[in-house]
Amino acid sequence: MAVSYELRCRDCGKRFPNEPLSSCDECFSPLEVVYDMDAAKRTFTREAIAGGPSSMWRYRSLLPVSQDYVAPTPAGFTPLLDAPRLAKRIGAKNLFLKNDAVCLPTLSFKDRVVSVALANAKVFGFDTVGCSSTGNLANAVAAQAARMGFKTYILVPADLEPAKILNTQIYGATLVRVDGNYDHVNRLSSQIAERFNWGFVNVNLRPYYAEGSKTVGYEIAEQLGWKLPDNVVVPMAGGSLITKIHKAFHELIELGLVAEKQVRFFGAQATGCSPISTAVKAGTDLIEPQRPNTIARSLAIGNPADGPYAVRAIQQSGGWAEDVSDVEIVSAIQELAETEGIFTETAGGVTTAVTARLYAHGRISRDDLTVACITGNGLKTTDALAGKYDVERAIRPRMADFEEFVAQHEVRGVAIEAVSAVGGQNVG
Amino acid sequence: MSVKVLLPNAFQKHTNGTREIESKAANLPQLIEEIEVSFPALKQHLRDSDGQLRRFINFYVNDEDIRFLGNEKYSFQDGDEVLVIPSIAGGSCADGDTCFVTYRCCSYCGQEDCLCDR
Repeated sequence: MAVSYELRCRDCGKRFPNEPLSSCDECFSPLEVVYDMDAAKRTFTREAIAGGPSSMWRYRSLLPVSQDYVAPTPAGFTPLLDAPRLAKRIGAKNLFLKNDAVCLPTLSFKDRVVSVALANAKVFGFDTVGCSSTGNLANAVAAQAARMGFKTYILVPADLEPAKILNTQIYGATLVRVDGNYDHVNRLSSQIAERFNWGFVNVNLRPYYAEGSKTVGYEIAEQLGWKLPDNVVVPMAGGSLITKIHKAFHELIELGLVAEKQVRFFGAQATGCSPISTAVKAGTDLIEPQRPNTIARSLAIGNPADGPYAVRAIQQSGGWAEDVSDVEIVSAIQELAETEGIFTETAGGVTTAVTARLYAHGRISRDDLTVACITGNGLKTTDALAGKYDVERAIRPRMADFEEFVAQHEVRGVAIEAVSAVGGQNVG
Repeated sequence: MSVKVLLPNAFQKHTNGTREIESKAANLPQLIEEIEVSFPALKQHLRDSDGQLRRFINFYVNDEDIRFLGNEKYSFQDGDEVLVIPSIAGGSCADGDTCFVTYRCCSYCGQEDCLCDR
């Protein structure tokens, strides 16, 4: 039997049956999904989870779907990797990376939230779904909607990276480029969701959608051997992911799956769009909206809907938030790839650069068990690296040319002397 | 001088279905007052127990968030289109910290105890 769930206003407490609705009709506050936690104590156990599929759906007892729901596309359960080389570079000792750059099917953590949202779109009988997006969500909705047979409308800022546009159109989605930033797109989406009877995953399906982010937190705990880290570093756009990882950890504690622990939450933003980190540094939960100007477009939300809750989660946990420049973001993308073999998008560069700064500033102790969340794949934002690598002239297919080439280069930091030592008299 | 004001679906229960009004208000405080006079049933829902306008109700003027235009200081121009939208997911807690008092884990405040389950 499914763990029962329903919607509840997080301000006035009014309850609503499950329906596509995001705000309370009494006080206009956001709604969220709540569960029967007593029932979950019986179904959400380490054993039941271990016997589940190798995807985020192993946690479906605490997701808003029926207990026998089978997702048409598995998502989540991405690797948690230790990162010794990056750790050494930034002065850490016990650093892990939650690698959603390889989340399926579209290579970002948005696959998780979309899985849950579209499961509910089916239940509610929508034939058309959509979203407002900075790119990753667009890809995720387009792909999963295609497989589930939905018609799809997707609204994006007109200046979105070409790869993210192509990666939406390829699935047959109708893409609407909006002349404005994400906040303009989002506002228009909320009007559309009121006018048309469509399921917008991050508007009228948002309470369900947001629950998918909890699976990042569940996975971190399970992959650490059912324990919580000392710190997590999470990129922030709308601020939802960090609050949902927070919620996931608290649920695991409440259900007895992990020992109680105060995990510190650290938020990462780009300086060109940093309304949440600005609020954290100012010691307030009042979010002043900003006009975004950063290469980290997937984080470019100037009016973050969950900003105040993200601030609160950070402050109450004893964490902090930082923001980094576009130059630092690009360097961090390169550093992560060179040290750990993970090619992340600009948002992952934000996370990596902020993580480095948190260690440098002593906000995170060297020996702490820290997990940094990499949420997207670098193949989607290759334009951020334009001009960073020279196109080498081609050599003829001759050994002499190759030897000359080697003589002129250091390969991955290995000096020519080292190559000579290995190659003997042939190198010279 | 008048401005067109578009109200969200969430208000309609309290406005007898009215979606759109014309207003002569000169600025945001006057507009809110006018809405409350026109739709008395809405008034108690627009404000919290301290009489403050709930912070998760957003106002836009001709596509722009009114906070970028000076918020309450912005003078409406003839023909402005004002859009009222509740925050899609978040916004701020109207009552500040007092809204996170008793009960268990809420995904938004992240606390183990909040009033959500009352």
